[in-house]
Amino acid sequence: MLRLYDTELRSRLLLGTARYPSPSILTEAVKASGAQVVTVSLRRESGGERAGQGFWSIVRDLGVRVLPNTAGCHSVKEAVTTAHMGREVFGTSWVKLEVIGEDETLQPDVFGLVEAARILCSEGFEVFPYTTEDLIVAERLLEAGCRVLMPWASPIGSGRGLNNLFGLTALRARFPEVPLVVDAGIGVPSHAAQALELGFDAVLINTAVSQARDPVGMAGAFALAVEAGRAAYAAGPMEPRDLAVPSTPLIGKAFLG
Amino acid sequence: MRILVNGASREIGAADLGAALDELGYGGAVIATAVNGEFVPAADRPASRLAEGDRIEVLAPMQGG
Repeated sequence: MLRLYDTELRSRLLLGTARYPSPSILTEAVKASGAQVVTVSLRRESGGERAGQGFWSIVRDLGVRVLPNTAGCHSVKEAVTTAHMGREVFGTSWVKLEVIGEDETLQPDVFGLVEAARILCSEGFEVFPYTTEDLIVAERLLEAGCRVLMPWASPIGSGRGLNNLFGLTALRARFPEVPLVVDAGIGVPSHAAQALELGFDAVLINTAVSQARDPVGMAGAFALAVEAGRAAYAAGPMEPRDLAVPSTPLIGKAFLG
Repeated sequence: MRILVNGASREIGAADLGAALDELGYGGAVIATAVNGEFVPAADRPASRLAEGDRIEVLAPMQGG
């Protein structure tokens, strides 16, 4: 079982709700993914259209936990205020904390991230910080009170997969007891399987599902990949070698030369 | 008075945030509010007096990753 703060989850796939072709495809994709947690956001609501109200009723009907994000926030104050607003609207102390430092790569501003995490943890939030694979930043986030870390695989929406395999492996080895959710940059199910094979506890996917030709089919494919990756990790993968090792025994081989 | 609601200039008759939200069509909606960059919890909206030029943000659940 995956444990994020005090919540136990069967599914190791967390799913974003953005950029689906339609609300009904979003609903079907969440079901096909088996995800028990979906990320949501807060945006300006028009008093006339009230678009957010319809979206919220769709998400509530899914019966899953929500993880509100602070996407698009560039300062500590913005992120902290957004977290407060999200806690009230969504009725959860969970927050996916994003403090964006740079617009081209959407790389987290890790200095602002640690500062915002410290404030929010002290206020009773259960913070899921969107971070890099940097070990010292991870340490600071844990000191700030975070009990889950969400390192990126590669830039948000890029679909490039696990960009810094060495860094991610080092992070996993350095914090064996901390739930680590690989967030951002996963493009295809094999990337997700790879993250789980390396011992990461879960993955958070959005664009790879919502922008697939068939999001519902892709959601199902990711569900299988995450299960396969976790089962492989549990089974203990072999060590890679530089030279060939015959798998068929040589003893008893006929002499036919 | 004139205030900014989600970046757009609006003329309102209400004097506090709670009444202003009703006037602007948000009655009963699931929203979170901020005035001049500061979060105003739902319970505090009726007591939150508005002044000319105040910047109000009204946010609601939206798709997110």
